[in-house]
Amino acid sequence: MAWKEMLVMMITTYVIRLSPFVLFRKKIKNRFIQSFLYYVPYVVLSAMTFPAILFSTSSKISALLGTGVAIVLAYEEKSLIVVALGAAIGAWFGGLF
Amino acid sequence: MKKRYFMEGLKSGLPICLGYFSVSIAFGMMAIHLKRPIGEAVLISLTNLTSAGQFAGLKIIGNRGGLIEVFLSTLIINARYFLMSLSISQKLAPKTKWYEKLLIAYGITDEIFAISMSQTRALTFSYMMGVIVISVFGWVSGTFVGGIASSLLPVSVMDAFGIALYGMFIAIVIPAIKKNRNNRIAVMIALVLSTFFYFSSWLSEGWSIIVITVGVSALMAWLCPIDQKEEAFVDGLEGNAGDDDHDVRDPA
Repeated sequence: MAWKEMLVMMITTYVIRLSPFVLFRKKIKNRFIQSFLYYVPYVVLSAMTFPAILFSTSSKISALLGTGVAIVLAYEEKSLIVVALGAAIGAWFGGLF
Repeated sequence: MKKRYFMEGLKSGLPICLGYFSVSIAFGMMAIHLKRPIGEAVLISLTNLTSAGQFAGLKIIGNRGGLIEVFLSTLIINARYFLMSLSISQKLAPKTKWYEKLLIAYGITDEIFAISMSQTRALTFSYMMGVIVISVFGWVSGTFVGGIASSLLPVSVMDAFGIALYGMFIAIVIPAIKKNRNNRIAVMIALVLSTFFYFSSWLSEGWSIIVITVGVSALMAWLCPIDQKEEAFVDGLEGNAGDDDHDVRDPA
């Protein structure tokens, strides 16, 4: 087990969550920081997903089909689990060819 | 600890628990996919209680990345919890003890934040513990089930599940870019840069994610800052509150 890495992840995450309780009594008013934190989730998820998703299964057709199904379902605003399973089923089906 | 508030918390947290369970199955599977032990994935789920953050961390571990890489990606991906903790700390019942705050801080996630903020009353320690306990249970047990299922399922099915967590990320990003032009710009820039870094192989995957996240978020914050009104802040958080399940956002 990667103990050192796990410890770093745990402490980093906890300190982020705890520090506002300790450090601040007032809300952060800085517009730049507010905006920065607003964009982080979308940017990080996009960067993590693409192009890595295209190599997440053992064949191109499989990954492409899974990605396509996920995009369509997400566009229809299906729930997270439906999109995730849809992608997996698409990839499995694509893997048959 | 007041039993009534604790039970109320459990009830609020039940949909989060179910959402977390189904999503963390994908995390457990991903761990096996990366050839990491189940115990490691379960411990990470228990000690981190984050989705994107721990997924990125596990991936870096799986690719034998360095400690600094693990630290920076965890820091940047989870930085948004800072603002959520800040809001929750201001909504706590005035007599909340310092050691109770230590425990509440552990359980700040997008969904728990959303549920807490939807409460009309001040947040008590008992209520928060109810929500957190049941959510953690869903998250950790799902990770375990995902890991076990991976070792039992045939290779073709396992292979297909490698894509599941990415599917979840797509499910968060696409609705957000549908309704907001600035999100669309941010995502487009991120995709172009990410593809570029991937094929240029100047940076490892972990570093590429860090550089893109800081760079693009800062650029967007500078060029297209969000409205400073209170609503904008809450909207922004709601936009990513679906990190683990769309449906747990609206407890009403």
